[in-house]
Amino acid sequence: MRSVSKIEFERVSLRFPHSSRPAVDSCSFSVESGQFVVILGPSGCGKTTLLKMVNRLVDPTQGQIRLEGKDIRQFPVTALRQRIGYVIQQSGLFPHMTVAQNVSVVPRLLGWAKERIRERVDDLLSLVNLPPHEYRHRYPIQLSGGQQQRVGLARALAGDPGLLLMDEPFGAIDAITRSKLQEEILRLQRQLKKTILFVSHDVEEALRLADQILVMHRGQVAQFDTPFRLLTQPATPFVRELLGADDMVRQLSVLRVETAMAKIPHNHKIQEGAVVKPQESLRRALSVLLRTGAAALTVWEDGRAIGILTLDHIRDLAALEGTPAYEGSA
Amino acid sequence: MSYILNNPGLVWQLTQEHMVMIAITLGIAVVLALPIALLIHQVRWLTVPVMGTLSTLYTVPSLALIILLVPLFGLNARSVIVAMVLYTQVILVRHISVGLHSIKPAILEAAKGMGMNLWQRWWQVQVPLMLPIFLAGLRLSAIVAIAIATIGAKFGAGGLGTLLFDGIAQAGRYDKIWAGSLAVGSLALLVNTALLALEWAARRD
Repeated sequence: MRSVSKIEFERVSLRFPHSSRPAVDSCSFSVESGQFVVILGPSGCGKTTLLKMVNRLVDPTQGQIRLEGKDIRQFPVTALRQRIGYVIQQSGLFPHMTVAQNVSVVPRLLGWAKERIRERVDDLLSLVNLPPHEYRHRYPIQLSGGQQQRVGLARALAGDPGLLLMDEPFGAIDAITRSKLQEEILRLQRQLKKTILFVSHDVEEALRLADQILVMHRGQVAQFDTPFRLLTQPATPFVRELLGADDMVRQLSVLRVETAMAKIPHNHKIQEGAVVKPQESLRRALSVLLRTGAAALTVWEDGRAIGILTLDHIRDLAALEGTPAYEGSA
Repeated sequence: MSYILNNPGLVWQLTQEHMVMIAITLGIAVVLALPIALLIHQVRWLTVPVMGTLSTLYTVPSLALIILLVPLFGLNARSVIVAMVLYTQVILVRHISVGLHSIKPAILEAAKGMGMNLWQRWWQVQVPLMLPIFLAGLRLSAIVAIAIATIGAKFGAGGLGTLLFDGIAQAGRYDKIWAGSLAVGSLALLVNTALLALEWAARRD
């Protein structure tokens, strides 16, 4: 039951009384188990409300949300919440509890044995790179913002939930720490295979983290797609503008080398340093091209050259993919 | 001072009477103030009328209030205790509601989102977090009650006020007045210090 966490939204709406338009307007989508989905949109678009519907902090006025095929209203509400990890901006750690006590909240609610809880706390603190012996007994106020957010993440993972809800968790954190935390959440995701719903208003963050991005606009789902497709085939002018689909450098940062490379010509000579891997971004390839001054980069995988990449290849791809879907099918 | 030394038994007995009155008062006052504070915390618009009423009560002179209560509760400690409960409401309700208010909404939302029920949120999150502010209110209430209880002697409630009123009634018994004042003063200081220590213990940061 824990291992799979597929979520489905079916025509979910929320209309507050006395408000002219719904905060969430007939949203339908489904997220497969193990997917990292970023809900992206400007403030007031309903993205946080949408997230809070999953753990029933907000109940929709219409529609149905299913977890593993079952309407979430069929679960007892506290049991549902205990099975869903929840991380909020500025962590929401309990200031009167130590790091260990904070992390053990859900295991205690679940009635785990003391010994098991202690082991779990230490494992989790190690997982988020906070040495347990050093941090276990600290209070949140004795931690930096980044460390607090790590504890927040450990706390959310404590009950081993299949699903993690993250509401702008890195919003109030400086750029360097944020980038490090983003790296780590990706590492954790690869390791733990949780389903993650992650609310953000930061396009770069969304592009960096998401398997799929759900773009929200005025309470509706504007587009739900992979970063690559959002950039290359934005469904509406809003998506195009939000994602900065016209920004070539941004496109290049999500496109991989293998999508643009060409076969190796016979006379190709490998130049020292001018080598990239197929999974690397075109943005990085471009930077290697500029730095080395090479005419062509060698694409290298498993100890052999599998292709070459020139500036022309990159330019051709960028020009080709820039056609938005909404401007007609031609 | 010499009066206290010469009559330790009597002074101790009066001090005990005084403390019992305070303890009963604070017990009832907290039980009453909690639901009121929770109510105005939930129903915001009630704050102004409720706090207004309690503040107005606070401005009625204690002597007058007790006189008004005597026909209802009799010429004994009960009238005095009721008066003290009424006086301390404004302090306790305000402190509890400020305490509840001081908890960041994000923290409560985290508690809710993690699956704590209402009872667990109250005991594990709200109570410990508002405890220092609540204890500050309790301390103030205790001091106010100690002062008002002194007047209680006039209405047959006993307590350290007995010494003061006796001293005034019997011309020239300044020793009794001094003894009473010293005892009340010391009691107030002691209670204040004890509750302050508790308050500091409850503050972690």
